[in-house]
Amino acid sequence: MRVELKRAVYEENDALAGEINRGLRERGIFTVNVLGSPGAGKTSLITRLAERLAPDALSVIEGDVASDIDTRALRALGIDAFQIETGGDCHLNAPMIKAILGRMRLSDGSWLFIENIGNLICPAEFVIGEDLKIVVASAAEGSDKPYKYPTAFSRSAACVLTKGDLAQAVGFDEGFFMAGLASVAPNAPVFPVNGRTGAGADALALWLREARDALTARSAAADHGRA
Amino acid sequence: MHEASAAEAIVKMTSAEAMARKAGRVSRISLVVGEATGYMRESLEFYVAASAKGTVAEGAALDVRYVKPLLSCPACGIEFERLRFSFDCPACGTQGIMTKAGSEFYIDFIELA
Ligand SMILES: Nc1nc2c(ncn2[C@@H]2O[C@H](COP(=O)(O)OP(=O)(O)OP(=O)(O)O)[C@@H](O)[C@H]2O)c(=O)[nH]1
Ligand SMILES: [Mg+2]
Ligand SMILES: [Zn+2]
Repeated sequence: MRVELKRAVYEENDALAGEINRGLRERGIFTVNVLGSPGAGKTSLITRLAERLAPDALSVIEGDVASDIDTRALRALGIDAFQIETGGDCHLNAPMIKAILGRMRLSDGSWLFIENIGNLICPAEFVIGEDLKIVVASAAEGSDKPYKYPTAFSRSAACVLTKGDLAQAVGFDEGFFMAGLASVAPNAPVFPVNGRTGAGADALALWLREARDALTARSAAADHGRA
Repeated sequence: MHEASAAEAIVKMTSAEAMARKAGRVSRISLVVGEATGYMRESLEFYVAASAKGTVAEGAALDVRYVKPLLSCPACGIEFERLRFSFDCPACGTQGIMTKAGSEFYIDFIELA
């Protein structure tokens, strides 16, 4: 007997992610899923954003295959950070986020950053409860990343380009990178940010605030529509 | 590892469907996979077979139908397959925009016995 299923392989994950997102939304928590290759500058970027989004409360979930180095580094800076060790899994999924959220005490109206596993392939396939994804790419990785990993870029609402200070040394071709990005993510703004000095991070922090406020306004309008 | 969690989900969904329909076993699983997702046929076959051991989906044949990523040209409107490191329209040279085609990942149909 043939049964037409026509069902997404990750439908269970996606449904749980939707539930997580609704729970966070109700509490005014804005959640950002940060993608990028190993060493692209994800933790550095989150640190620079935490400085700029203060005094708002901000928490971080750190996904790593093994080790809690990033979590300890963030905590040493006074940032509320929690660790997920996937023990080999190459991406975070919604059940992992649900489990760790049960152990975190988030404040209403706060920011939640989730640093995904360093990898441009699998993390792009999973929604984990976020309001939006951002992808961090460094000049040091080379300018062909949007061509090689289109999904990570196309599913991200913004792209952060780090290590611009190394662009010349590594021969980064910015025009080629931008052209690739324009094809796979035509609506995603690009923010050049230096992960060490924080140069450029103000513009990204402002964009995130605007994205959050726009979403809050949309949810309020939707609630009003239902009432 | 990418394919391992996918395989688990595939086995879980298809065997649940077989049980719900009181079928003895899943004899075929047919997937539609966009090439932009990067799921390899050999890996899917390997991990689905491994996950299915001891379930009603054990031994099921696995079909994988790949879908090519398509770009659309904002100038002349045609849809086209990309070349390796270029997203340019083969007809007019304008840079194309990625469409949804090529990011599919779903179970199309299954056969139960
Ligand atoms: N020169 C330069 N170095 C940077 C920049 N941003 C980050 N780095 C350095 O790059 C290295 C990796 O940065 P991380 O922030 O740890 O990168 P990550 O993406 O979190 O790395 P994983 O979690 O291991 O995948 C660190 O030594 C940073 O100091 C930048 O803009 N310029
Ligand atoms: Mg890190
Ligand atoms: Zn054209």
